[in-house]
Amino acid sequence: MNNLFKIAIRNLLRYKRRTLLTVSLITIGVVFVLVFVSVSGSFKAMMIGQITDSMLGHVQIHRRGYVASIDNLPLNMNLKPQAFKKLEVILNSQRAVDAFSPRIKFGGMFSNFVETTNIRLNGVYPDREFKTAPLLTSRIIEGKKTLEKGEILIPVLLSRGMGVKLNDPVVIVTTNQDGSVNGKQFRVSGILESATGPGGRDGYIHIEDAREILRMPEMEVSEIAIRLKDFSKLNQYASQLSHLLATELNKQGKPIFEIHTWEKLSPFYNIARMIDVMTFFIKLMLIAIVLISIMNVMIMAVYERIREIGTIAAIGTPPGKILALFVIEGFSLGVLGAVSGGVLGGIILYFLNVAKISFNFGQQQGLILTANVRAADLLAISVTVIVVSVIASLQPAFKASRLEPIEALRHV
Amino acid sequence: MKEKSSMGLVIAEKLSKDYLTGEVVVRALHGVSFTIEPASFVSFIGPSGSGKTTLLNLIGCLDKPTAGQLTVAGADVASLSRKDSAAFRGANLGFIFQDFNLLPVLTVYENVEYPLLMVQNIPAEQRTERVHQLLEAVGMMEQRNKYPDQISGGQKQRVAIARALVTHPQLVLADEPTANLDSQTAYTVIDLMKKMRDELKTTFIFSTHDQKIVGEAEIIYQLTDGALVVNRNGGGKNHE
Repeated sequence: MNNLFKIAIRNLLRYKRRTLLTVSLITIGVVFVLVFVSVSGSFKAMMIGQITDSMLGHVQIHRRGYVASIDNLPLNMNLKPQAFKKLEVILNSQRAVDAFSPRIKFGGMFSNFVETTNIRLNGVYPDREFKTAPLLTSRIIEGKKTLEKGEILIPVLLSRGMGVKLNDPVVIVTTNQDGSVNGKQFRVSGILESATGPGGRDGYIHIEDAREILRMPEMEVSEIAIRLKDFSKLNQYASQLSHLLATELNKQGKPIFEIHTWEKLSPFYNIARMIDVMTFFIKLMLIAIVLISIMNVMIMAVYERIREIGTIAAIGTPPGKILALFVIEGFSLGVLGAVSGGVLGGIILYFLNVAKISFNFGQQQGLILTANVRAADLLAISVTVIVVSVIASLQPAFKASRLEPIEALRHV
Repeated sequence: MKEKSSMGLVIAEKLSKDYLTGEVVVRALHGVSFTIEPASFVSFIGPSGSGKTTLLNLIGCLDKPTAGQLTVAGADVASLSRKDSAAFRGANLGFIFQDFNLLPVLTVYENVEYPLLMVQNIPAEQRTERVHQLLEAVGMMEQRNKYPDQISGGQKQRVAIARALVTHPQLVLADEPTANLDSQTAYTVIDLMKKMRDELKTTFIFSTHDQKIVGEAEIIYQLTDGALVVNRNGGGKNHE
């Protein structure tokens, strides 16, 4: 085997320029794919992280039918106290759950005593909310990173638009489920950076304040956001949980709860899917590049060395070894291309990270792109290139092994 | 070496070979019969197109006869499969070509070693010993690390002789081994082949149309238009 490698490598070195060109072509392909996969993959992971960790959480549970009319923030679709308690018991016993946060979502009027506008609010338990959406605190660009009763976190657009500053007194006026109007004064404790996606421009108050303003005698919540310990097991856990919750029925015998992963709640999921499709096609192009370039160079190699093949066949070299000789040449080209592409791609990504390229995504500005090469991606790309190289050299190698020595020797 | 002195090493009986060129059947050999004894030094002579190469290809298991019987080293070579004939060639035959046909990517040493590695799988120690022995015998030890494009034609043919003999074959076939050499070098190469025959008792069969070196053979078969016309004993100075 070592000798086959030795001869194959020397044959590759014999046509240095051609080998270099082929390897360069594969290298360029690998670099493109690696950089694209890493950048788009990191972008996707980062955006998913932003969306789930600053607002949505990984999974949300609502009363059945709530999500269909989520834009109205209907108070009459809240989870009833009994259902909420039941759900808390279930979620507390789940090992996969890292944290969960009940929210009361409602719309109201926001006034600074001079002007009035609309606002969407989340009533939350601050500690539980910050655990479930850990990036929420990083969105607080002004003020303290906590939330007490009587305090409100307002979106930056509202603060700018109405000239509301930190510690300013504001009033929230809202209508409760029965239609009566109520108001409460708050102090602005923090300004929230906007985020892309549903709920990205919501304000936050303490859940007890929400109950008070909505005149809610018992705790009714609009949704429960859940953060999982292992995000990669999202779908597996979601189906497990929905199975579990399907047994909870109302008086009409219909399921009480509905469960959604972030994918169903955020339009970014379609962009993420699009990135996956693009990645797939880029990989397909790499396969085509490797296949055609290796096949081309190996067909040439066999054609140029027909007399040599005739000689070694006449001497008695078994056809299998002749086949192996050419397949190893293709394999070596693939390995060289994969390795140099991997190294060069790594260097380019390193400089991309050093350059701290920032981009804007919707309202979020200056997000810094950190492109990480995942070992699995690198391995998958390398293995693909090598396997395709071997496949591409099989046909020419097979032809070489089937050459009749007498005809090959006669070839000029 | 597996010598079979009781019978001929190569026995041809009414051997014929037809080729189809386009729609015309060309008879390259017809009804050729002969026997070659082990350790002999034989030459097939004749003008180009007389069937020398065809005959050598048949003996060398590179081609199959259209009719007749051909036994080489006790095997009916016409019945061998593609794979078996490769194995048979590797075990029993050595080849020397007109254009030397050394592998350009391998050094002199590696070219001689090639059949032991790729064809016969001989252990390293034995391999080194055999290669050294043959490189000494053909006088190419000093050039062992050179590549074929760094040595002369005569030297290349010496390396080719060493490569043909390294597997200890019973029979070495050489098709026009001196055609690309000047006459002085041609004599040296033929002498070397004869010397190797004497030392190793390997049978040598070579074809030539070069009248000057024909006399070096001990048994000469004349081929004319695909038929064996005369056979006569030639030089054989070194042969008892």
